[in-house]
Amino acid sequence: MASVEIRNCFKSFGATEVLHGVSVDIRDEEFVVLVGPSGCGKSTLLRMIAGLEEITKGEILIGGRQVNNLPPKDRDVAMVFQNYALYPHMTVFDNMAFSLKLAKAPKEEMRSRVNRAAEILNLTDYLARYPRQLSGGQRQRVAMGRAIVRDPRVFLFDEPLSNLDAKLRVQMRAEIKALHHKLRTTIVYVTHDQVEAMTMADRIVVMHDGIIEQIGGPIELYDHPDNLFVAGFIGSPAMNFVPGRLMRENGEAWVEAAESTRLPLSPKTPGQNGQPVVYGVRPKNFRLGSEDGRTGIPIKVGVVEPTGDEIEVISSIAGEPICAVFTDRHDFRPEQDIVVFPDLGSIHLFDAESGKRIVD
Amino acid sequence: MSIREATVPARPEMIPQPSFVARLLNSRHFLGFVFMLPMAALLLIFLTYPLGLGVWLGLTNQTIGRAGKFIGLLNYEMLGDDSVFWLSVFNTVLYTTVASVFKFGLGLWLALILNQRVPFQAIIRAIILLPWIVPTVLSAIAFWWIYDSQFSIISWSLVKLGLIDTYIDFLGEPNLARASVIIANIWRGIPFVAISLLAGLQTISPSLYEAAVLDGASPWQQFRYVTMPQLTPIIAVVMTFSVIFTFTDFQLIYVLTRGGPLNSTHLMATLAFQRAIPGGNLGEGAAIASAMIPILAAAIMISFFGLQKRKWQSE
Repeated sequence: MASVEIRNCFKSFGATEVLHGVSVDIRDEEFVVLVGPSGCGKSTLLRMIAGLEEITKGEILIGGRQVNNLPPKDRDVAMVFQNYALYPHMTVFDNMAFSLKLAKAPKEEMRSRVNRAAEILNLTDYLARYPRQLSGGQRQRVAMGRAIVRDPRVFLFDEPLSNLDAKLRVQMRAEIKALHHKLRTTIVYVTHDQVEAMTMADRIVVMHDGIIEQIGGPIELYDHPDNLFVAGFIGSPAMNFVPGRLMRENGEAWVEAAESTRLPLSPKTPGQNGQPVVYGVRPKNFRLGSEDGRTGIPIKVGVVEPTGDEIEVISSIAGEPICAVFTDRHDFRPEQDIVVFPDLGSIHLFDAESGKRIVD
Repeated sequence: MSIREATVPARPEMIPQPSFVARLLNSRHFLGFVFMLPMAALLLIFLTYPLGLGVWLGLTNQTIGRAGKFIGLLNYEMLGDDSVFWLSVFNTVLYTTVASVFKFGLGLWLALILNQRVPFQAIIRAIILLPWIVPTVLSAIAFWWIYDSQFSIISWSLVKLGLIDTYIDFLGEPNLARASVIIANIWRGIPFVAISLLAGLQTISPSLYEAAVLDGASPWQQFRYVTMPQLTPIIAVVMTFSVIFTFTDFQLIYVLTRGGPLNSTHLMATLAFQRAIPGGNLGEGAAIASAMIPILAAAIMISFFGLQKRKWQSE
């Protein structure tokens, strides 16, 4: 068990710089998820921690010790790969015991450690099988077992669930979280799936184009996204954005969007009069009808998507596509005119130029 | 189940039965058989017939210009007492064994190097293939010059370097001649082994090596525990072919030494040719050629077992 400190790390492949100075402090026993769209550098960063990629500039410390020039095997980290990387010619037992075999561990210890890991992961009945005789979920578990057997200081997961079907993914998500609870080993987990990040992480690192956009707990990111990117990336369906101009008059505040649409704001909203802004509201924060005698936003229903739990309405405000989610069972029809009112306490206002959240 | 039942026509007897020919043309087995016939005919005419004829000739005393009579195994009995024949068997086995071992070792080494990221990869791979593409007779003539007793570039270089005083007669002394033809054969055979094994190496997922590195495997251990087990099926195929090519080699020897000096480089193939065509004794030549069959069959059996699916391989 150890902390992982990433200090101002850069990574270039030839002339292309893919990481532009990232710093993260991962505490001991913490479950940190690196999340971001494809090509944001999250896997590269993970591989730098593992030692599979060189660090172009900056330093990485594991357990307080700089590991920049330490070969992977001496870093005491275990990694679970996206394609599992199981040795196809070895049985499940041999796959899991391989690192111990290389370390010349005594036979007895090898057997007991593999058996213990197999018990944790419900693999005891499959120890004699070859990887090709296992299902995707079982292979995934063997890959994790191989990491557990090592008893490393840090677990690294590189998109481990992306090859599984949706149902299994939800199940394995819970299993990995439970595993972390049981083993209390530091975990760095890479995914492009924000739901995975939200459900599993103690802290989330949102990455985009080789920089860190925001670091924080799941709820913090959801409630207080620092910028447009994080706001749009975290949460599903994604937050709605409507560009406009912040207006203040007679103690009231609103955003004037295209087609003279007035988007209501709380009077206490920070920001300057006339400032170009992006008005952000999550699909769940719309209510039907107007409120407090104030005017709501009239919209025309486009597509109605009932999921059973809720109803999603796809429409547009001031020419921007938006999505609204209602938990009540309204009977919407396409082309129907309705009025929605956003929850004023849950509105996110971003500066249109910098994309940063507007704060006091 | 219920869905399938629902989609089956309610009254199957109403569907008109197709004619016999129509049904035949829709049968996978019949069509497969028909499509196989042209190839089977080719194999019969160009492979089975000459092979059968060769084996038959080996049982006759036919010579050039005189029809032979069936003489049973007499040719083989004579060969049993023929020291030159046994020398050629020894030469062939030595030639095949030594050349194959080196071709495998060097070919694997070359494949491993080419599997690394090297600049100008495509060009280097193309150059590697050259010895295999050049017609054997051409490369044999080149080696003939290299080994020439008066104009050898090797001798010349060694003399200029001051390492030797007199030119080496590479093809004039039995053991030196054996080594020389084996080296020429190795040179010619390496590309096939190297390129085939390279293809095999490239099917191994790079993430397996990364996993092995994290598991603490040294480069040698990665080779021993990751590369080799996954390469063995391909090695089995490649080496079987290589052994067969080497065992039946004719051109290199015929150009370089014609079996000399003192029959020390005579292989079974060259001896068979010498006895049958220049010597005119077709029956005896055919018997020598036929004597290669059991040894080659053994090589094929080894590959057959080597090729069998290992338990870990996918279907």
